[in-house]
Amino acid sequence: MKAAAKPNLDRKNHQRRIIVPKCKPRRFYGQGVPGVNLAKLAGKLIVVEGADGSGRSTQIARLVEWLEGSGHATVQVGLKRSTLVSEELEQAQQGNILSHTTLSLFYATDFADQLENIILPGLRAGLMVLADRYIYTLMVRDMARGMNEAWLKNLYGIALVPDVVFYLNVQPQELIERNFAKNQALDFWESGMDLGLSRDMFDSFLQYQALVAAKFRELQRTYDFTIVDGHRSPDEINIELRDRIQSVLEG
Amino acid sequence: MKTFAELGFPGRLIAVEGLDGSGKSTQIYLLKRWLELQGLKVFFSEWNSSTLVKNATSKGKKRELLSPTTFSLIHATDFADRYERQLVPLLRAGYVVLCDRYIFTAFARDTVRGCPPEWVRGIYNFAAMPDLVFFFKAPLEISLQRILDGRPQLKYFEAGMDLRLSTDPYESFRIFQGRILEQYLAMSADFKFLVIDGSEPIEAQQNIVRDLVAAKVDLRHFVPHKRYEKK
Repeated sequence: MKAAAKPNLDRKNHQRRIIVPKCKPRRFYGQGVPGVNLAKLAGKLIVVEGADGSGRSTQIARLVEWLEGSGHATVQVGLKRSTLVSEELEQAQQGNILSHTTLSLFYATDFADQLENIILPGLRAGLMVLADRYIYTLMVRDMARGMNEAWLKNLYGIALVPDVVFYLNVQPQELIERNFAKNQALDFWESGMDLGLSRDMFDSFLQYQALVAAKFRELQRTYDFTIVDGHRSPDEINIELRDRIQSVLEG
Repeated sequence: MKTFAELGFPGRLIAVEGLDGSGKSTQIYLLKRWLELQGLKVFFSEWNSSTLVKNATSKGKKRELLSPTTFSLIHATDFADRYERQLVPLLRAGYVVLCDRYIFTAFARDTVRGCPPEWVRGIYNFAAMPDLVFFFKAPLEISLQRILDGRPQLKYFEAGMDLRLSTDPYESFRIFQGRILEQYLAMSADFKFLVIDGSEPIEAQQNIVRDLVAAKVDLRHFVPHKRYEKK
């Protein structure tokens, strides 16, 4: 019997110590949620925003792999994933039966449930929380539908300010091709068909995505996004995201 | 914060607020009968929320999934649904709409649960103010007695058990209701509540309610359209 191989403790590996992130001062955008000790949130909140087909899920999957390989535990959140209302929200979308304020508040409930049950506990436990979209998409969608911005800012004053927000920017023409490649059809909501911009889905998609992109640029003035050019290869994009996250971790 | 009248709606909204057991539901029922028997266009909003929103709310309550924030938001969703699908169309159509509870219930309840009052009020600011709000102010003990005498099965959130005020649901309910009453009284002047003494006899209260409605709402505008001309 051979003796068990010695653990590999060569210098190179040894030098790559896992970074232990420091607790940074945190804040909510507005009033926040009651009963949270902001000083005790050790983890990091990383948000990836962008339209359907902008490459969000690909990038998040790669970031998870990289973060876990670097010794950080992760957890993921996203829209319509709460225990509380995700099923009902899905049904509401299928039927297009709720009016704007109602749907908007329903989404806010979904967000708040995940904030209190996954995001905040995750950060408290020192996890890297990766959010596949955050309040910005929700605000932008509502703003495109004419809802009052001040009302939305108050509503989403419950949200925690993330450590970093990436916005994957992809031109509508390119998005269309990616959506066709993935789903063979355009999505009713992602085409903004409820807005009545055009009865032609292709036209509506282009107009709606341009409108959403403009609203994102508007929000960027208040909320600090890192705009990422999403037309490049997934590898190139991921390197940019990692660099930025690396500096957050080293903080 | 404008009323429906100030916003140019042809309809008028009358709301009643107060603790459970304050007698508000009896009073609004009698008001409804009075208006109906005069043949006026009146609608009592029974808060029929869509099945979708109702399912989510009752699931959250049954499984005790709600925090103060999600409790507030899911009720706001429910209210928005009724507001947009029921109240606004009725008021556009020129009805006198009677509401047993309105946004002030949420203001009081959510604030007691620890939500910031400005946040809650901000969320509900899509809703116009009622044209009249009656607040039935009964001494806490009377309200509690009316509710608790029957030894009802108090539900978890109804008794405010999520606030950990007491492990006994009845004791918790007492403390919770006391705090809600404080909140109501604190906002009474801001929202021009018409305060009715809920310890007076039912008839005496109804006299005041009817007088105030007659004085503040021009009831002649609520006669229905004639559907058939008699020959």
